[in-house]
Amino acid sequence: METLKAQQKKKTAKTAMKITGAEAIIHCLLAEGVDLIYGYPGGAIMPVYDELYKFQDKLTHILTRHEQGATHAAQGYARVSGKVGVAMATSGPGATNLVTGLADAQIDSTPMVCITGQVPRHLLGSDAFQETDIVGISTPVTKWNYQITKASEIPEIIAKAFYIAKSGRPGPVLIDITKNAQFDELAFTYEKCTGVRSYTPFPKPEMSAIKAAAELINQAKRPYIVWGQGIILGEAEEELKALIEKTGIPAAWTIMGESAIPTSHPLNVGMVGMHGNYGPNVLTNECDLLLAIGMRFDDRVTGSLDTYAKQAKVVHFEIDPAEIDKNVKADVAVLGDAKETLQLLLPLVNTNSHEAWHNEFKAKDKIEFDTVIKNDIHPQKDGLTMGEVIEEINIASKNKAVIVTDVGQHQMIACRYAKFEQTKSNITSGGLGTMGFALPAAIGAKMGAMDREVVAIIGDGGYQMTIQELGVIFQHQVPVKIVVLNNDHLGMVRQWQELFFERRYASTVMVNPDFVKIAEGYHIEANRVSERKDLKQAVQKMIASDKPYFLEVKVEKEDNVFPMIPSGASVSDILLK
Amino acid sequence: MEKKWFTISVYAENNVGLLNRISGIFLKRHINIESLNVSKSEIEHVSKFTIVVNTTEDWTRKIVGQIEKQVEVIKAFYHTDDETIYQESALFKIDSALLFDERQIQNIIKESNSQIVTVSRDFFVLAKTGRRHEIDEMHNALEPYGILQFVRSGRIAVTKEAMPITEILENAIK
Ligand SMILES: Cc1ncc(C[n+]2csc(CCOP(=O)(O)OP(=O)(O)O)c2C)c(N)n1
Repeated sequence: METLKAQQKKKTAKTAMKITGAEAIIHCLLAEGVDLIYGYPGGAIMPVYDELYKFQDKLTHILTRHEQGATHAAQGYARVSGKVGVAMATSGPGATNLVTGLADAQIDSTPMVCITGQVPRHLLGSDAFQETDIVGISTPVTKWNYQITKASEIPEIIAKAFYIAKSGRPGPVLIDITKNAQFDELAFTYEKCTGVRSYTPFPKPEMSAIKAAAELINQAKRPYIVWGQGIILGEAEEELKALIEKTGIPAAWTIMGESAIPTSHPLNVGMVGMHGNYGPNVLTNECDLLLAIGMRFDDRVTGSLDTYAKQAKVVHFEIDPAEIDKNVKADVAVLGDAKETLQLLLPLVNTNSHEAWHNEFKAKDKIEFDTVIKNDIHPQKDGLTMGEVIEEINIASKNKAVIVTDVGQHQMIACRYAKFEQTKSNITSGGLGTMGFALPAAIGAKMGAMDREVVAIIGDGGYQMTIQELGVIFQHQVPVKIVVLNNDHLGMVRQWQELFFERRYASTVMVNPDFVKIAEGYHIEANRVSERKDLKQAVQKMIASDKPYFLEVKVEKEDNVFPMIPSGASVSDILLK
Repeated sequence: MEKKWFTISVYAENNVGLLNRISGIFLKRHINIESLNVSKSEIEHVSKFTIVVNTTEDWTRKIVGQIEKQVEVIKAFYHTDDETIYQESALFKIDSALLFDERQIQNIIKESNSQIVTVSRDFFVLAKTGRRHEIDEMHNALEPYGILQFVRSGRIAVTKEAMPITEILENAIK
């Protein structure tokens, strides 16, 4: 044994190349299967950019127009592909510009590795030019972070970064690398990380919990499933589908879980939360068993916790033990990866159909259709609604598009009305609600799924937060379709002002530029629609294009999104108008 | 729920950034750290944070969950005072003249079971180890005579129940 180990050591010592830290970073990325990164250069990361230049045939670097754009592009890429997204930036302002994207990825559990340059080790703590303590700043918004100050640390730390970002409940990792560590040489060998002793990616499922869950399911008269992104992250779509088909349990989704089960599936009853569907919200308080699968009871989902599902037994399927009993107390907690736990659960549950219970959802659906949906999708008034635009996109894309949304009214409308057949198709900023997310995220989504149609749906406000990323779309001819639903307002905030602040529209009226001209300035084909008669054809034309395309739709200025659970109210008290 | 004293014990890999990560968890929830002590533990390369909070058990449990979730944390526990053996230490620096001028000072030293660490012409230093209230009592007794400097350490604690950290680490490596 000893000699074998010694031999192996000798062998690796022989194959270890002496290279610079900067080159080692590239080799690490290649070893992790990375072929695409987003970023922005600057002084403290220049040695790495120099290597990127040499390796450009193996590793594509996309120069976003702002580091925030790099993070959202990496997120979009990660969310459609399931792979780790990578963003890179220089020290100081480059690094601080990553913070919003890190926070977004942290709260939405998106696997991402950010690499930042840092001033040389001997200048750390001296307030050197472009020195910021990015490790300190990013600590609350990363799953893990680390500062490398020696070249020899690079392979092990980068391997660990990818492992941590992707495993268990995914999240963002930031690695800060001082400039001396980029310049210095090391003997390079690379081994993928397969474990970190202090870190358990996910707990092993306990059969007793699964049996207890099955028992409750088999006894329940009005069982109800709410699933979240855990299904998508855990690639448990088939298992969830099998479970609902066998048990006949109606199942609703959080916006992060949308698209895991096709919209048209008869057991998919719709969206929960503040602007979710009527039945799924109201009946949360009328079920006798709530099965929460891969979701974390965000306050935008639950409304007031004091009145949330109090009548029901709660079974929480969850990968992260810290989520158990955090917001809603679970009668049974099934810890583990959803794919594994659902597989174990399936043989233990009885076949059922719960028809009467389903009919209650259908009755509520009819109420919602008559009071809300009909007017959203087939409006009688002159002005265009956001809902009818989404419906036209559904039709033109045959429900096959990846829909990337920004934040606001258009986001809620898109999540409500977009139809999906395939998983990983709804990319949105859920937990953080980051305006400016959609345009760069759509770039990443398209590059992560080149075979798919990617449509970004953005408000006129959020669009102008990252509009400069049109430069990337133009330069690299990324064929995303950009739809700006222009209501000349910060619509969602205006809606709250109308409902809760007596229409005092403080700073929510937008005086907008000519968006078509701006797109054309970037040599992107562009069109504007302001009348219903032109809508269908304009959307069809956009979808038919195989190039980047911009479509502005002038929608009604003061429409509101309903249903709505006013913040702090109960899911039962959802307003239909 | 009623507020109580809880001792949170965190076993973690030695890492420069970890203290920042852990303190952020308390900061975010406006929970004051009443005392904090970091030291090595019984296991090589594993450090132990001992954190005392005064809050509800529900909050304590949630915080411990968040702490344990950090990549470098091996395991975190919380215990009530009854479940631990705990101590704090304090140092009192006092004017040497008082040793001779105030007879009562000698009695306080004796009764408090404290040790004289050093004596010089100008001052002497008393060390006291014990429960928080014992240190407080001694402080109260000395205060009228004048304390030149006072410092108290964070709580250190060991639990009555076993802490299976070595097992956890061995299982993690498998
Ligand atoms: C970065 C950021 N700043 C502020 C907000 C608060 N906010 C939420 S929705 C919204 C209005 C969005 O307006 P717009 O992009 O035009 O979309 P609409 O609601 O009109 O569809 C604002 C300001 C936010 N979510 N993100």
